[in-house]
Amino acid sequence: MSEDDERQQSPPSDLEFVSNKARNCNATGSGSGHPEFQSTYPDQVLENVLENVLHFLTSRRDRNAASLVCKSWYRVEALTRSELFIGNCYAVSPGRATARFTRVKALHLKGKPRFADFNLMPPDWGAHFNPWALAMAKAYPWLEKVHLKRMSVTDDDLATLAELFLGFKELVLVCCDGFGTSGLAIFVSKCRQLKVLDLIESEVSDDETDWISCFPEGESNLESLIFDCVECHINFEALDRLVARSPSLKKLKLNRYVSIGQLYRLMVRAPQLTHLGTGSFSPSDIAGQGDQEPDYVAAFAACRSLVCLSGFREIIPDYLPAIYPVCANLTSLNFSYANITADQLKPIISKCHKLQTFWVLDSICDEGLQAVAATCKDLRELRVFPVDPREDNDGPVSEVGLQAISEGCRKLQSILYFCQRMTNAAVIAMSKNCPDLVVFRLCIMGRHRPDPVTGEPMDDGFGAIVMNCKKLTRLAVSGLLTDKAFDYIGRHGKLVRTLSVAFAGDSDMALKYVLEGCPQLQKLEIRDSPFGDAALRSGLHHYYNMRFLWMSSCRLTRHGCQEIARAMPRLVVEVIRSADEEEMDDVVGTLYMYRSLEGPRTDAPKFVTIL
Amino acid sequence: MSSENGKRLLETDAGGLNFEATELTLGLPGEPRVTSDGGAKLGSKRGFSETVDLKLGDNNQEVKLGHSLQEAAKSPVSKTQVVGWPPVRGFARRGKKSCKYVKVAVDGAPYLRKVDLEIYNSYQQLLTSLEDMFSCFTIRNYLNEKKIDQVNGIEYMPTYEDKDGDWMLVGDVPWQMFVESCKRLRLMKSSEAVGLGLKTAPKYSSTN
Repeated sequence: MSEDDERQQSPPSDLEFVSNKARNCNATGSGSGHPEFQSTYPDQVLENVLENVLHFLTSRRDRNAASLVCKSWYRVEALTRSELFIGNCYAVSPGRATARFTRVKALHLKGKPRFADFNLMPPDWGAHFNPWALAMAKAYPWLEKVHLKRMSVTDDDLATLAELFLGFKELVLVCCDGFGTSGLAIFVSKCRQLKVLDLIESEVSDDETDWISCFPEGESNLESLIFDCVECHINFEALDRLVARSPSLKKLKLNRYVSIGQLYRLMVRAPQLTHLGTGSFSPSDIAGQGDQEPDYVAAFAACRSLVCLSGFREIIPDYLPAIYPVCANLTSLNFSYANITADQLKPIISKCHKLQTFWVLDSICDEGLQAVAATCKDLRELRVFPVDPREDNDGPVSEVGLQAISEGCRKLQSILYFCQRMTNAAVIAMSKNCPDLVVFRLCIMGRHRPDPVTGEPMDDGFGAIVMNCKKLTRLAVSGLLTDKAFDYIGRHGKLVRTLSVAFAGDSDMALKYVLEGCPQLQKLEIRDSPFGDAALRSGLHHYYNMRFLWMSSCRLTRHGCQEIARAMPRLVVEVIRSADEEEMDDVVGTLYMYRSLEGPRTDAPKFVTIL
Repeated sequence: MSSENGKRLLETDAGGLNFEATELTLGLPGEPRVTSDGGAKLGSKRGFSETVDLKLGDNNQEVKLGHSLQEAAKSPVSKTQVVGWPPVRGFARRGKKSCKYVKVAVDGAPYLRKVDLEIYNSYQQLLTSLEDMFSCFTIRNYLNEKKIDQVNGIEYMPTYEDKDGDWMLVGDVPWQMFVESCKRLRLMKSSEAVGLGLKTAPKYSSTN
């Protein structure tokens, strides 16, 4: 059996189905004979050198490219890849991944598609971590780090991680669910080398287990403890003692059950913190009226290394001035849980000259955004969330705020902006003022809403963004949009990798423009838009290069999707039914399709049909 | 979408402060706040029987939570709530001042959950959310050997403990009164929910 055959059976894990570029650089004969000789021959030396060199290669895209050079490079790259990233847990099986990469120390895995966050997917669709946990336990007992996004993790999985991986150090769970405080308790009690436990926007069920008390006694290696999303009471005294015995702790993000008085005590214990999530930022109900308030300002002043501040989950704005001492050093400030006004924001933001990342609620209004624009000249990322996420005519932020930001924050790279109204003019202004934009996500909450000043669709605004922002890789569109907007995207959005579309477009042409025009497109999520089977067909040349395509409440039919499934054997075509749909309806509620080396998955629930 | 200038005039007062926009009303999110007659606010208190079309507590009720929602959906609703729009993550409710968290226990599920009653405007929203939350527990029980018939589903009666410690059927009182008085929720297996709907102390024990 020649080596080329072997090569074709296990393509690169990035699944680029490009033509086989492997050049045979083993012309001098290594590997083709002499299996019984262990002596060093010239190519072995070359491989050793290569191994040493490839250790320095960290970017996974570079590694994927290196693995395509030839068989020898493929082999060595596989040996030296220590961080394994899998963007879709169903694209490759745990077995296949562990067979190719044998020395992995860190695993980064993503599961459900993003639209699952918005209740567009029934629960229990899949993305179970369990088979991965078991496979890793056998293949990588030295595994140190696991980073999961949108996966279902059970308490048993947490126990597996803690018990079977003796050197386990880092667990990061983003938008995960399926576990509870009892799982956390087992995990922290057995994971002796733990440095990082970050629970971010995950749903943790309250089993009424005191997991904080389960950290082992004695000095802890903890560097990061993030649990602001955990909606359960915690044992504060135990937390206090834990922080006291964690000299390396740099990141601490508390949940809303920690009062400001308790925060004070923790800050005094850990002035070395660089990242702080403040918890509720209000006094507990039990605090007496006449009690002496601690010196919060002094506590913040003592945290000289603080660069990232968040929390404020139930903020009493009177306490805001406490953070003044740290504002000048802050590079990241997250007020997205703080319902504060422009006037409450101004004294803070006017001191935040170094701010690069700012998340905030639209309660600050356009006026607050103007204040941001006036001071934060170094701003790279802005997210403005709605206090009241309904479709309405009036909202506190509008094109005025966007215009101000575009004029004041010229280095802006990433923006997520929820609003009720927006004009093409403001979007065009941003496209010209902020040429470094990489991520542009505008959500005009009123569906199909045109430019309120001109009455026109929002085509020209988004068109300007793709034309002028030459580095743009991520785009989310909204408002009234015709096919023209998508024509612009197809023509100019040559670097776009992720595109989100909702309630937009007139016809199949819109989707065609995008599928034919955007060669870098990897993730396409569409809802409630009039795109049908013909549009779907126009992407056949490209689907193997994409991570996934999501289309819900569009105009797809079952036989149209079937055609795609037949034409593309390495694509898994899932039709997901909502509760009131019949199994044999021709109209497709939700299509979720993705490339995969494994064929149809075996854990699909009843409401999923794989064509 | 047609412009709705009439609404705009009515919604702002002299100071430009939009009090009416933030006023709590009964009604589904996304409904217009002011009707065309300019006067009555949509969602001002209606008789309870009009807001809820749930057949809770009927003797011959062989219905899952989901079905009761379908019933409600068929009744005339002024504006359809669009699922998942705007795309803001559901449980990352931001900036809400009041939170009314109550524990929810489901008979047979090993874990408690918590819901914030403040984020719902009606019984049907609460029940849909509970259904979403606990479908996975039903399945987990199946895996843990308890015999649950997935085809027919298990019938649960939503009950709650009020301020006085009495166990009541969810749906007995107007929504807002329920939110204020509810201390905890329990989804009881229908087979155990005998003699409910009365304000006397129940014979069964409290949540596990």
